Amino acid sequence: MIHTIDALVVGAGGAGLYAALELSKRGVPVAVLSKMYPTRSHTGTAQGGICAALGNLEEDHWEWHMFDTIKGGDYLVDQDAAEILAREAITTIYELEHMGLPFNRTPDGRLDQRFFGGHTRPDPQDPAKRIPVHRACYAADRTGHMILQTLYQQCIKHAVNFYNEFHVLDLIVKDGVCAGVVAVEVRTGELHRFHAKAVLFATGGFGKIFSVTSNAHSLTGDGVAIAYRRGVPMMDMEFFQFHPTGIYQKGILLSEAARSEGAYLVNGKGERFMERYAPQLKELAPRDMISRSIVQEIRAGRGGDGKDYVFLDVRHLGKAVIDAKLPDIMDFVRVYMSRDPLTDLIPIEPTAHYAMGGIPTDNDARVILDSQRTPLHGFYAAGECACVSVHGANRLGTNSLVDILVFGRRAGIDMARYCADRDGVGWTELPAHPEDDTRGAITRIVNGQGGENAGNIRKQMQTEMTQKCGVFRGKDDLRSARDTISELKERYDRLSIQDKSKGFNTDLLEAMELGWLLDIAETTVLGALAREESRGGHAREDFPKRDDAHWLKHTLAYHTEDGVVLQYKPVTITTYEPQERKY
Amino acid sequence: MVLHARHLKIKRFNPEKDTKPWWGEYDVEVQPTDRVLDALHEVKWHHDGSLTLRRSCAHGICGSDAMRINGHNALACKVLVKEYKGTITIEPLLGFKVLKDLIVDMDPFFAKYRSVMPYFVNDEAPPERERLQLPEQRDRFDDTTKCILCAACTTSCPVFWSDTEYVGPAAIVQAHRFIFDSRDQGKEQRLEILNEKSGVWKCRTIFNCTEACPRGIEVTRAIGEVKQELLLRRF
Ligand SMILES: Cc1cc2nc3c(=O)[nH]c(=O)nc-3n(C[C@H](O)[C@H](O)[C@H](O)COP(=O)(O)OP(=O)(O)OC[C@H]3O[C@@H](n4cnc5c(N)ncnc54)[C@H](O)[C@@H]3O)c2cc1C
Ligand code: FES
Repeated sequence: MIHTIDALVVGAGGAGLYAALELSKRGVPVAVLSKMYPTRSHTGTAQGGICAALGNLEEDHWEWHMFDTIKGGDYLVDQDAAEILAREAITTIYELEHMGLPFNRTPDGRLDQRFFGGHTRPDPQDPAKRIPVHRACYAADRTGHMILQTLYQQCIKHAVNFYNEFHVLDLIVKDGVCAGVVAVEVRTGELHRFHAKAVLFATGGFGKIFSVTSNAHSLTGDGVAIAYRRGVPMMDMEFFQFHPTGIYQKGILLSEAARSEGAYLVNGKGERFMERYAPQLKELAPRDMISRSIVQEIRAGRGGDGKDYVFLDVRHLGKAVIDAKLPDIMDFVRVYMSRDPLTDLIPIEPTAHYAMGGIPTDNDARVILDSQRTPLHGFYAAGECACVSVHGANRLGTNSLVDILVFGRRAGIDMARYCADRDGVGWTELPAHPEDDTRGAITRIVNGQGGENAGNIRKQMQTEMTQKCGVFRGKDDLRSARDTISELKERYDRLSIQDKSKGFNTDLLEAMELGWLLDIAETTVLGALAREESRGGHAREDFPKRDDAHWLKHTLAYHTEDGVVLQYKPVTITTYEPQERKY
Repeated sequence: MVLHARHLKIKRFNPEKDTKPWWGEYDVEVQPTDRVLDALHEVKWHHDGSLTLRRSCAHGICGSDAMRINGHNALACKVLVKEYKGTITIEPLLGFKVLKDLIVDMDPFFAKYRSVMPYFVNDEAPPERERLQLPEQRDRFDDTTKCILCAACTTSCPVFWSDTEYVGPAAIVQAHRFIFDSRDQGKEQRLEILNEKSGVWKCRTIFNCTEACPRGIEVTRAIGEVKQELLLRRF
């Protein structure tokens, strides 16, 4: 079936929905395509909060938020983008409140704010020192759930057109201009062609390259890999965030909000070990530092019960705080660990959480192809799948929700402008048979006789990535991971699946997703192997120092006939010269 | 890692091949602390790739994988294998058309959701900063903001099974969230909708919905509060 719609939004998480709202408010015909019902999107699982320098509890300024973001990202952040993030965070929060989002409140009815890792203000006693600031707005520990629900509700109110359970499989590009997408209607198996003036990818992250992850099964990097196969580079893939407090072995997230409310991290000897690694911020240091500290404690034999975990301790917070501010995550502890957080210590380990890298864009979410910022006209990316870059080498807690909304909105606004501009030019013609590549790929998998099982390949990839491309990386491990991934890619070509039916063929769609994950694992490992320094989320055991002279630059990984090619792109520095990063 | 053999009995149906549903039986090796969802994935990834279900977050937040497990509605990702003795029997939700295996047609569910104006209404120009709301006003509707639209409540309701006109508990929960929000102005219209034949008066206070809710929402109580509000309006 063929559809013609001015603006297409692929993905119905926070980024996609905000863009769709802006488009529909501006009267642009828009459709949202999502492989799941919108309310299933991973934005709904975000727990802790969304930062904005409202200053509701104490003095705060967007400049401080901007500085924290840049320092948190170990100076790989593009500072012009960080400025936009910090400024527009404030208007975004008020807009959300005006849309009815039920934020927690102060006793006098204003928006309450809590601490979050790496968000600071100067210490009034000693301005050279920085202390935590109340900057994160929140709705208990279901902030993302309330954001997703609120935006979806507003989309219903504004009659946004949804194509639910439409899985996008390809991007249509003609003569350097984006002209639409190819999608399969999951229910029937029918391929649809969507002809558009502007396309936004807001397809979320790709934590499923790892075995221990906080990410949903659906986070398979579709948008990033689809664009990559059409010539768009993947940017800064070696920077993946490992969140310190994942439920041991399951990876389910226990939000930083627990530590914001005062929870401790303790090792097997009962010590609050963060006092040694980050004397000023302790448990509220940025995530990359805490995850490394945890691994170091475990390696030094100070893991909990002599094992490979440490503990989150919330016992002293008391029932009232836990019930009012952390109900969901404490429920996770009860359900998935059969422990009572009021009386038991909680075993945790770092969990693969957030992709700093993704599709390179400018500050209006327009996709760019190289260090000269050559645009791919009509193609946009926003949210976790995009790399603006506001997070640099390490994202601060709460800054993703800000990112997806601020840049989702900017995407919608610029797409509306672009669609209007195209009115003069006319629609880009489609290539002759835009579905052919997709149909071919599907037929290959459905008819595959090689006998390889997708489940086995996926499991091996995930284990390899967690073991060899995790919190700490070294040359030998990365080389071995590179070889494993290329062997898995060969095996992937000999895949066989069991489900041959058309409707709801999730066997087939999971196999497609696995193909994308393998591309992403490959660029992640190659980027990590090339980058011989340690910065933010990328910690090389053999190169433990940051090396600004050689590596203050973004990585761009290209898909070519000769394999992956790496290029680099300068970092935009407007205000803050790189300094040593201490907390 | 200790693995245990467990027996799963799963109701299967593929309209492209089957004229009626049948039971698939599988023996899988799982850890007792695994989720039922993990056991289903074990079947799908290593026994029979054609087993079809919806899932995403795997920790009870996205609402994708509500199903009947040993006769009770639950999210497969929020119950552990060790909670069940013997065979674990898994079926799709009741009350909606089965499209394939554990997947039911959710469109009618979302249509009912949309029918209650599930969005914030306030046409006054907003202030520059936030609208004020005291913590106790915010608490008034806290419980119903937790809903993840998984349909476990609606599809456990005997009234809904016998009368699909009924808007169902989930939609009422969504309406409740706005009716009791001090900032919202759409209350009268929503109450009007729920006062209709298909609305709250169909509820027979059976409490299945409350029992089924994986988010612990007091669904029956929320429905009761809406009824109360309607009764108050009569005076
Ligand atoms: C457990 C957890 C807690 C978190 N807590 C916080 C927090 O407190 N604060 C914070 O700032 N950040 C937090 N984050 C991070 C943040 O939630 C995410 O980065 C963010 O929500 C991503 O939003 P998104 O709109 O980019 O994508 P998502 O919400 O992931 O949505 C992706 C969308 O794309 C669609 N899609 C994907 N592929 C396709 C395809 N091929 N075809 C069609 N549709 C497709 C999906 O259906 C979905 O609708 C948390 C993350 C996790 C995992
Ligand atoms: S998979 Fe999200 S609720 Fe179970």
